[in-house]
Amino acid sequence: MIPRYQSILFVVLLAASVVMSVVLWQLRDRAHQRLVAGEDSAPTQAPEVAPAEQATLLVANDGDGSLLAQVQSLPLPQDAGSRARAVLGKLLDLYAAPDAAHPVPGGASSVAQVFLLPAPTLEAASGSGAPAKPKAPGTPLADSAQTGPELAIVNLTGAFAANHPSGLETEMLTVYSICGTLHANLPRVTQVRFMVDGQPRATLAGHADLTRTYLAAEAVPSEGAHP
Amino acid sequence: MRWTSLALAALVIAAGQLAAQQAPLARFVVVLDAAHGGDDLGGRIKDQAGRDQAEKTFTLALSVRLRSLLAARGIQVVTTRESDTTVDANRRAELANHANAAVCLSLHASESGSGVHLFASSLAPAQPARFAPWKTAQAAWVERSLALAGVLNSALLHAGMTVSLGRTALPVVDSMTCPAVAVEIAPERGPGKAVKSGLEDPAYQARVAEALAAALLEWRTEAGQP
Repeated sequence: MIPRYQSILFVVLLAASVVMSVVLWQLRDRAHQRLVAGEDSAPTQAPEVAPAEQATLLVANDGDGSLLAQVQSLPLPQDAGSRARAVLGKLLDLYAAPDAAHPVPGGASSVAQVFLLPAPTLEAASGSGAPAKPKAPGTPLADSAQTGPELAIVNLTGAFAANHPSGLETEMLTVYSICGTLHANLPRVTQVRFMVDGQPRATLAGHADLTRTYLAAEAVPSEGAHP
Repeated sequence: MRWTSLALAALVIAAGQLAAQQAPLARFVVVLDAAHGGDDLGGRIKDQAGRDQAEKTFTLALSVRLRSLLAARGIQVVTTRESDTTVDANRRAELANHANAAVCLSLHASESGSGVHLFASSLAPAQPARFAPWKTAQAAWVERSLALAGVLNSALLHAGMTVSLGRTALPVVDSMTCPAVAVEIAPERGPGKAVKSGLEDPAYQARVAEALAAALLEWRTEAGQP
C-alpha cells in the first residue's frame, strides 16, 4: 500500500513536469519567431551604388498597339547581364504601375535572370532554335571581351506568365517591348529567347510563341509604329 | 446515228469548257479557325456585367456568324471547329492546308486594347518551295497575307472601327500555306478607355462579321473570281 503523502507528492511532481513542458514549448516557439523576424529584417538587396545612366525603354501602349521609345534615368551596373536585368526591371515596373498604358502585374521582380551568350547563326536561330556552340570549359558565359552578336535568354518568373493578360496583341507587345528594349540598350543583343522559371514554355499566356528565337531588330520599330 | 454522235461529242466538249470556266469558282475557299476550344479556354474576358467568360466562346460565336454571312454570299467555308471541342494547333493548320484555301482567318478575342487587331505572320518572306518546313510554311505566303491584312484593315476602317495592324508569332498561322491573318476582336472603347461595345454585344459582333465578310468579297474580286 502506497502512503497517501507519496501519492500526493507524485501527482504534484507530475503536474509540475507538465507545466514545465508547456512553458518550455512556448519559450521554444518564441525563440523561433524571434529568429524568423530577424531574418525578415535583414537586407535582401545590395544598396544601389551604380551611377544613374540614361536607358531607352520601348514602352508598349495597348490603346493603339504601338511601342514608343522613352528615355529613363536609372542606376545601371557595369556587368552586361545585370544591366539587361535592371533595364527590363524598370520596363516591367512601368507596366505594373497603376494607369499603365500596357498593364501587366509583376514589376521588376518578374525578370529572374538575363543570360547573354554568343548568338548562333540566323539559320539555326530561326529554324530549330538550336543553342549556341558550346564554349570551352571554364570560359565565362558573358565574356567581356565578346564583341560579336549576342543571344539574350530572358528567364521570367512563373507568376509573371500566370498573371499576364491573355491576348495576341498584349502578349506580342510584351515580347516585342522586351526584345526592343534589350537591343536599344545592348546593341550586341540581336536575338532573344524566353524561359519561364528556367524551363521552356509554349506560350506566354496562350498566344505569343515562346519556343522560337526572336530577332531583336524586328521588334525595334520606327518611333511610335506598330511592331 | 452519225448526227447523234456528233451532237453528243459537241455536248461533252461544251460541258468540259463550262466546267473549266466554273472551276475557279469552286476554288475560293475560306478557312475560319475559331481559336481555343474544349480544354483550352483561351483568355479570361470580363463582360460588361463583370462576369468572367472564356475566349473560346467569343471566337466560336464570331466564326459561326461569319460562316453564315459568307455562305449566304456563295463562298465555300471550312471551319476548324463547330462546337466546344479541343483541336490541336497542328490539326488546325492541317485542315487549312488540305482545303487549299484562298483565305485563312484565325479568330481570337481579348479584353486588352480597343477594336480589331490584325496580325500577319512575323516570318521573313521566302520563295515558295516544293517541300516547306512545317513551322515556317507561311513564309512563302507572308506577302499575300500582308496584302490580305490591308484589305481587312480598309473594310474595318470603312465600318468605323478602330483597327491596329501588327506581326505575330502564332504557331497555327506560321504553319498555314494560304494568305493567313489572325483577327483579334477587343471591346470598342471610347475616351478614357470606357467600353462602348463589349465583346458579348451581338450588334458589335455583327458589325465586325459584316466588315470581315465585305473584305473577303473584295479579296475574292481582287483574286479574279466573280
